Amino acid sequence: MMGNFACVEAALVAGCRFYAGYPITPSSEIFERACTRFPQLGGYAIEMEDELGSMAALIGASYAGSKAMTATSGPGFSLMMENIGLAFILETPSVIVNVQRGGPSTGIPTLVGQGDMMQSRWGSHGDLETIAYCPSSVQEFFDLTIQAFNTAERFRTPVFVMADQVVGMMSERLRVPPLEEVEIVERQVAHPDRSAALHDLPFDYSKDFLPMQIAGTGCRVNIESLTHDPKGYPSTDYSVSQKMIDHLLGKIRNHTSEIWKWEETFLDDAEVAVVAYGSTARSALSAVKKARSMGIKAGLLRLITVWPFPDEVIENVSRKVNALVVPEVNYGQVVHPVRENAKCPVSSVNCAPGTLVDPRSIVDALELAT
Amino acid sequence: MATTGAPVGGPAIKVERHARDEILRVERLPHIWCPGCGIGIVLDAYTRALAKSGIPQDKHIAVSGIGCTGRFAGYLDMDSYHTTHGRAIPFATGIAVVKPDLEVTVIAGDGDLSTIGGNHLIHAARRNVDLNVIMVNNFNYGMTGGQHGATTPTGAKTHTSPYGNVEAPFNVPYLMAAAGASFVARWTALHVTQIYKAIRRMMEVEGFAFLEVISPCPPTFGEFNGFPDALDEMKYFRDMSVVDHNADLRDISISMRPDDRLVVGNFVDRRRASYQELLGELKAKAAGGAGK
Repeated sequence: MMGNFACVEAALVAGCRFYAGYPITPSSEIFERACTRFPQLGGYAIEMEDELGSMAALIGASYAGSKAMTATSGPGFSLMMENIGLAFILETPSVIVNVQRGGPSTGIPTLVGQGDMMQSRWGSHGDLETIAYCPSSVQEFFDLTIQAFNTAERFRTPVFVMADQVVGMMSERLRVPPLEEVEIVERQVAHPDRSAALHDLPFDYSKDFLPMQIAGTGCRVNIESLTHDPKGYPSTDYSVSQKMIDHLLGKIRNHTSEIWKWEETFLDDAEVAVVAYGSTARSALSAVKKARSMGIKAGLLRLITVWPFPDEVIENVSRKVNALVVPEVNYGQVVHPVRENAKCPVSSVNCAPGTLVDPRSIVDALELAT
Repeated sequence: MATTGAPVGGPAIKVERHARDEILRVERLPHIWCPGCGIGIVLDAYTRALAKSGIPQDKHIAVSGIGCTGRFAGYLDMDSYHTTHGRAIPFATGIAVVKPDLEVTVIAGDGDLSTIGGNHLIHAARRNVDLNVIMVNNFNYGMTGGQHGATTPTGAKTHTSPYGNVEAPFNVPYLMAAAGASFVARWTALHVTQIYKAIRRMMEVEGFAFLEVISPCPPTFGEFNGFPDALDEMKYFRDMSVVDHNADLRDISISMRPDDRLVVGNFVDRRRASYQELLGELKAKAAGGAGK
């Protein structure tokens, strides 16, 4: 199955029943298939006038009680940044899939890029903690889409699936597990009884995980894009600002180990390691095998979660090897937090968008590093 | 209805309860709006219409954008959403699609709805999304101190049109009617009863219902344009408003010139299938195995 199709099937398995989209290459197959499949299962897949609108609509849909998603690529991702910030401050479970293509600007719509990685971390204004998963295969695109919905519900926050054109457009074997084997996190819904002590505050800062007030259920709460207190009332008090930001960032920072996913290959005896994510990890695995055949003790650390950055994972691996090599289809993005946390030298292998990283250039870097 | 309370260490105070207190977050009052502003008149009309709508308060949803009118939703004791600048309509669309039984009303200003959010406004009208959209038009960006926008009359002075606005304003009711809205009306802040009745009707209409309310804005628009006091603009509304429900919508642009009329009325009220009705049919079709 094609990666983009697998993403839609995974969303349905996860219980998503609302999709708001705007066509954009190379993510359009997700939108197209959603338009066929969502209504078959009683859901909605609607086309908005632009990505500003689709991101806003999915926040509204999520507050109406539906698991909600959209998919896009670079230019649409840029437009979504405004309301990704809104989803974050309103603590809205939502899933945004970015099938990355070449940039900047309109770039190369039909070819691969990994140039939106820092945008998925810092793209929306203000202090945010974001969560981003990077699939390297069709199977993983499926699995991580389900994971993204679960994480979004657990943390009440937007979650990114940062795929790329190669993973989105390639066809591979997909195993859809029996549904009873799939873990699905359902939303914690707030109690609507306003008179009782059971009444939940919309933004209770004493807890990391909050139930959500669903529109029309009688909670009568103010859901506020301005800096707000636990009741959702706007405030310019410093103490309110500090508590809100501490809560928004803390609920993710305090639980990073729950979110981190990574895969280690040939790392046990490695003297040098590649750190890679997304489709680049496929080039990296091929390079590591080639290097091993040349007598270089190389290993691969594949980052599945890129944000929040798995700093401890990098630190631990960097203590075991003499050097790290970070290949990316950009001119150096995820290499920066790797360098910040590594206890060994870090080098970068980059290529402009439009092609995968050539495994030979990774082998060259491994040779240089040993 | 009156209740009494005795704050610690102070004399007993008598608090008068207003008939609409049940619909307002009284603890958040006083509101932020300036003396003479028309937004409060719309708030009062909306709460009266809500109370008479026959729809439970918990099934009413208010969504606002950013700006002075953007604070509207937050004063209502119901599920209220303060969103991003210009995006109240798509946000509300998400709610209204997932829960078509809810009565969703968007209340925002002219800058929010017709300028930065203009694209969403025309497309929501085109789709005929079952929403009520109330646009309070004070001809400028008030909260940011008075800048011109898509509704500022040609020649009007604001901080960003100090020599007089060179742009032509949108004639928003004409735009809404052309885009396909089921209901289109315009009244001024003077037309208290007509605003109330229009909102009542909007709560009945299945489809996109749009109301423009022309409002005084003494400190940031009136002062530079011949209406330094709110009453000056109210007098203009009284003297120059012409009620014409059958007006040719091409001819109802607003100039605010001393000699020019201001056409108001309930211009459009037509039955057209709403977006939600059509999406419901689409779902039935898809479940039945139809499709490409």
